[in-house]
Amino acid sequence: MSVVTQAELAAVENQPPAREWRPPSYWPFVIPALVVVLAVIIFPWVFTIWMSLQEWKVGSPTVFVGLANYLRLPTDPRFVEAVGHTLSYTALSVVLPLVFGTLAAVVFHQKFAARGFLRGIFIMPMMATPVAIALVWTMMFHPQLGILNYLLSLVGLPPQLWVFNPTTVIPSLVLVETWQWTPLVMLIVLGGLAAIPTEPYESAQIDGANFWQVFRFITLPLIMPFLFIAGMIRMIDAVKSFDIIFAITQGGPGSASETINVYLYSVAFVYYDLGYGSAIAVVFFLLIVALAALLLYLRKRLLWTSQLGSEA
Amino acid sequence: MNPRAILGRIGLWLSVFVIVSPAILFFLWMASLSLKFEIDNASYPPVFIPEHFAWRNYADVFASNRFLTYFSNSLVVTGCATALAMLVGVPAGYGIARMAAHKSAIVILIARITPGLSYLIPLFLLFQWLGLLGTLVPQIIIHLVVTVPIVIWIMIGYFETTPLELEEAALIDGATRWQVFRHVALPIARPGLAVAFILAVIFSWNNFVFGIVLAGRETRTLPVAVYNMISFDQLSWGPLAAAALIVTAPVLLLTVMAQRQIVAGLTAGAVKGG
Repeated sequence: MSVVTQAELAAVENQPPAREWRPPSYWPFVIPALVVVLAVIIFPWVFTIWMSLQEWKVGSPTVFVGLANYLRLPTDPRFVEAVGHTLSYTALSVVLPLVFGTLAAVVFHQKFAARGFLRGIFIMPMMATPVAIALVWTMMFHPQLGILNYLLSLVGLPPQLWVFNPTTVIPSLVLVETWQWTPLVMLIVLGGLAAIPTEPYESAQIDGANFWQVFRFITLPLIMPFLFIAGMIRMIDAVKSFDIIFAITQGGPGSASETINVYLYSVAFVYYDLGYGSAIAVVFFLLIVALAALLLYLRKRLLWTSQLGSEA
Repeated sequence: MNPRAILGRIGLWLSVFVIVSPAILFFLWMASLSLKFEIDNASYPPVFIPEHFAWRNYADVFASNRFLTYFSNSLVVTGCATALAMLVGVPAGYGIARMAAHKSAIVILIARITPGLSYLIPLFLLFQWLGLLGTLVPQIIIHLVVTVPIVIWIMIGYFETTPLELEEAALIDGATRWQVFRHVALPIARPGLAVAFILAVIFSWNNFVFGIVLAGRETRTLPVAVYNMISFDQLSWGPLAAAALIVTAPVLLLTVMAQRQIVAGLTAGAVKGG
């Protein structure tokens, strides 16, 4: 296809009148969006970095303090604790949706009646309004009246305090996050499964491989790039998870579920310590930019493999 | 059908049931909570289907005079933020795809994955300084942080797959690039427009973090209104669940009706706002 295009272009260039014709510039299409991006995305970045170098509290004059806000971070026990909470929350919120999402994708890859409709139902948790979901989960976590403790009692397990106990609050929130975001992993892996050719499965069937062997030695290696992408996206979303945590626990009990994002909210909009809040935002931001670079690198790789796939 | 195939069929349906049930049971339980009187919601063991449905819970939600304000706030913020995003984002996606300016996609990507709170500190000060905080304008503007990257990202992906030959032919025939965009590229990209529009609407509608900082008493959107009901109204579960269901119902309906477009968009860009 590209050969034909180049030949056409060459033909155009060889014609005398067409020499004046130049490929048009597409800048006018991009400029309005560029203005918006500069105003609501670039400007806040720059301003945040500048603010992070100031002692800036609402209601008092600002003073330039250099890197003092940054130096305060490692000595702030609440921040250090928040980093720990964020990491454990993120690790669990990556692994569990990956496992369940892959299993779900294998099932949804089969053909059965009403598959599209059921897939629509399955992705409802990730599309539903997080605050509305959080509200119902809060009711379900209720130690006396919640349905979860009733379900536990049906299988003979003792009642739990869920989000009201500092040791179980993070796993409980991860339960919600997993319920909510397993569908995204499922969709990405399902896309990967659709790209697998049928030949390896046919020869495996002839060789008499069982279901587990087929999954372990054919499916899993072939969907690995997609699992990687899904894990990366899950990691970025879990790191900055806010709505569910904030609406269910506000970081509590005490500060047992306070992640970086929730702490950032408190510093900036409860204590109005905007300078220190900006420093937290910058550090948090750098963490995510590093992840973004990784994601882009992976996107390129995925693009490359899918191009190979379409040419084959 | 031989016995093995039948067994496989049963196994398949069993796994489908297991996989879909957390979603179905959750939303059924949500509906059940919203349709029960307090006495049923406070009983143990739980009542699943009450003898008398408390339709009053829904009537109460709609009757509270603020609810309609919040609903129209949500409509205005999501409507404006999505319309503006389509207006600037669709041409931008087209331009970026045609220029093959893959480096600009980095900005979009970073914008998409930066936590919403990072934008809020400087923009909050800016809006305060401009005296806009009592209006819906700050929320409309900051929702662009969510909607613009979604639209651009999806449209880049879409315009990259549409054929170039027609556009080149039109250009050589003397059409301006605007005419080419308007009459050749845009009609072909209609399914992509639908995907971008639906996802921008959903993620703007669902957004919570911008509202809790920027919304005042009169300018709350529905998610913020629901959050405030949690803190003040801990014990009346029926009306609370009814309000939650009303807030998320438009999105759930859209999800089931447009699941094909949503799935296409999400697998293309794995978008999530905020």
